[in-house]
Amino acid sequence: MKMADINKLDLAGTKAKGQRPYFMNDKQTEQVMSITMALAMELSVTRERVSTLECLLEEKGILTREEVENYSPDKEEVARRSASTQEYLARILRILQQDKEQIDGSDPSVEDIQDILTKS
Amino acid sequence: MTAAKTLPSWDVLTKHGVFPEANHDEVARLNFLTHLNVHLSASILPGVKTAFDTQVKPEFEKEHGREPESRHEVRNAMLKHPYFQTWSALRRNTMEMRQQAGRAQVLRQIENLVEKVDGYNQGAESLILDDSVQIPNNVGSVDIHCQPGCYYTEYFENDVTVAASYDLGLFVTTAGLLGTLSDGGGKAVGNWLQDNHPEFMPKRILDIGCTIGHNAVPLAQAFPDAEVIAVDVARPSLRYAHARAKSMGVNNITFIQANAETLSQFEDQSFDLITTAMFWHETSHSVMPNILKTINRLLKTDGLTLHLEQPQYHGMGVYEQFIRDWDTYFNNEPYWGPMHELDLKQSLNDAGFNGDDMFETGVVSSVDEKIFGKREAGDAGEDYGRAPVWNAFGLWKR
Repeated sequence: MKMADINKLDLAGTKAKGQRPYFMNDKQTEQVMSITMALAMELSVTRERVSTLECLLEEKGILTREEVENYSPDKEEVARRSASTQEYLARILRILQQDKEQIDGSDPSVEDIQDILTKS
Repeated sequence: MTAAKTLPSWDVLTKHGVFPEANHDEVARLNFLTHLNVHLSASILPGVKTAFDTQVKPEFEKEHGREPESRHEVRNAMLKHPYFQTWSALRRNTMEMRQQAGRAQVLRQIENLVEKVDGYNQGAESLILDDSVQIPNNVGSVDIHCQPGCYYTEYFENDVTVAASYDLGLFVTTAGLLGTLSDGGGKAVGNWLQDNHPEFMPKRILDIGCTIGHNAVPLAQAFPDAEVIAVDVARPSLRYAHARAKSMGVNNITFIQANAETLSQFEDQSFDLITTAMFWHETSHSVMPNILKTINRLLKTDGLTLHLEQPQYHGMGVYEQFIRDWDTYFNNEPYWGPMHELDLKQSLNDAGFNGDDMFETGVVSSVDEKIFGKREAGDAGEDYGRAPVWNAFGLWKR
């Protein structure tokens, strides 16, 4: 293969040769943990980037870390933040919302609907 | 509450001439993984021992009327415990995250890296690659320590991806203990020789299974008048190792692609010192005896062979054996367990040495001040908390 032909994204994440052990009783649970840890890493990276920005802004005399710590949002910003936080929570907890909406099991199954739709 | 101990940043590593560059987020990613590794071993792992002592062991005894007698019995019982399952799942996953992070970082600049490596390697007589060398099954059966592509896979012509990713990631699993050039093992061997055998001046040194040359380089620096030969089967690693050494101004190493089971190009009794570092647990029951015989053939009388390796299991409690054995089953190190069960004296006898000449020792690398800062005044004695101690075995050939 030529260097230009490699798929870097695929190659970076490729599997090591050899059977992969799973430890938890449920493979999907372990996969969710794996995804969560990758997100935890990306969050850590983002926090570090924010910290870098604060350092640079402080160094350049644009603001001080104290100003960030003591920042008091005005009424409009409080409202924006509250809305944004609620939307954020709704996004990440969507699966629980949807489970709740049919927790009584009242949704008909595909088979039930097929019965209806295929009744002649 | 005590203040958190500051771990060094990956960025303190010495940027030799072919070291991959890192942007802001790549450094942050590697630092996160380093901290995660330390957290898993310092904060989570003790819970695995507690689970064994307070739950798994008593239950085993109740069921069998005796204590677990082998690491295998411990492993099979522990695999059912949720805390061990979670710690293991996290540990395995962290290894995989580290690989992906390193590879992504290397691959985004691979064109540049290959060009730099080529620049150092072009026409050099001190890099000898040999197309006829096959990958032996101890290297090719699985990707050792979950490193995709192992040490040898080339994704394209003149590739060094796996080697560069290996180099930048050593820090992550050791939290800087190997030093700014990840060369603590080789340095420790040099220190040990200087302290214990200052009269020993090897003229010709062989390092077997050298990978990226991180342990051959400090030996070449400790003995600048010596001729060092470093061998491995893995082309990308040798290519990278050679360029790496050259970029550091180290010119007394010849890197050769060869299988150490034979090394027929070298005459009998042609080396004064033959070393390996964390190598034997990546061989096999057929390869290890062959290489030991080769070492016996190549080593001069009164020469030294010295090997850095994890300690043998003999005499260890079954829990410690089990936890050390984790890599055997869960980190693609299949020969780790079988190797650590060997009677090394017998192995040396079988290779033609006098096994009774074998000694075991600890070799110590100095604390890298660039990573950990200067030792405070009045702080006496060896800093075993930070200075890594390696287990080593070897013998002087009589």
